[in-house]
Amino acid sequence: MKGRQDEQLSLPPDGRSLAEQPKWRQDFPIDWPEDHYVSRRDFTKFMVLTSFAFVIGQVWIALQNYFRTRRGDPAIRQIATADQVPIGGALTFEYPYPHDTCLLLRLNEQEFVAYSQKCTHLSCAVVPQLESNRLYCPCHEGAFDLASGAPTAGPPQRPLPRIKLEIYGDAIYASDVELRTT
Amino acid sequence: MKRRFSREQRLTIIYGILCIVLIIVMLQLWLLMASMNAYLGGDSSVIWPSVVASFICFGLNAGLLWYIRKIEKS
Repeated sequence: MKGRQDEQLSLPPDGRSLAEQPKWRQDFPIDWPEDHYVSRRDFTKFMVLTSFAFVIGQVWIALQNYFRTRRGDPAIRQIATADQVPIGGALTFEYPYPHDTCLLLRLNEQEFVAYSQKCTHLSCAVVPQLESNRLYCPCHEGAFDLASGAPTAGPPQRPLPRIKLEIYGDAIYASDVELRTT
Repeated sequence: MKRRFSREQRLTIIYGILCIVLIIVMLQLWLLMASMNAYLGGDSSVIWPSVVASFICFGLNAGLLWYIRKIEKS
């Protein structure tokens, strides 16, 4: 075991003794073990700060979730009449709030589906391509299945939020937004 | 009696602590991504457990940092 006096010696990186080192290093020796120790200690401190930042992020998500839960379900609102949407056609509407653009799609005579128009990857507007049976995101070549809203190609991982529809006679109402992870 | 570590021993200790801290921080990053994905997908069941788990991870990291300060003072 090294003595306490030895520990005070500066250790050059090549391992040779101080007498064998160039003069500039003899004049300005660097204590490499101490230098390594300090740099790693400071990096550890920075990582602990990062750890704290992650906790703040988690709390922020929890608060956002709390406020979203307090807002409650959106109000039921008429968005269109059946004759406004031809079979194989699409109509845009805003629900539940202004600027939340959604797509109403008519798959056949009786079947309507509606999704949020924001891509679940980076919120670009998706474009309906009914001939290909998909909703296409031009930003990063993402695609979603028309019938289910599930991602079928590209970077999106989550399905498009589905707008719940209720049909009374000829009128089509949006009643809720269904967020989904799978 | 307080124990005094040599510089080489302290360097070994700091390497070990740094490895543990890095693993814990990566776990926290994974937790944050999972929570964000759950929140955006409307699943709120995992959010508060994630907050607790992340806080415990931070507590472990802070404890290791406190240990570094302790060995520097000894």
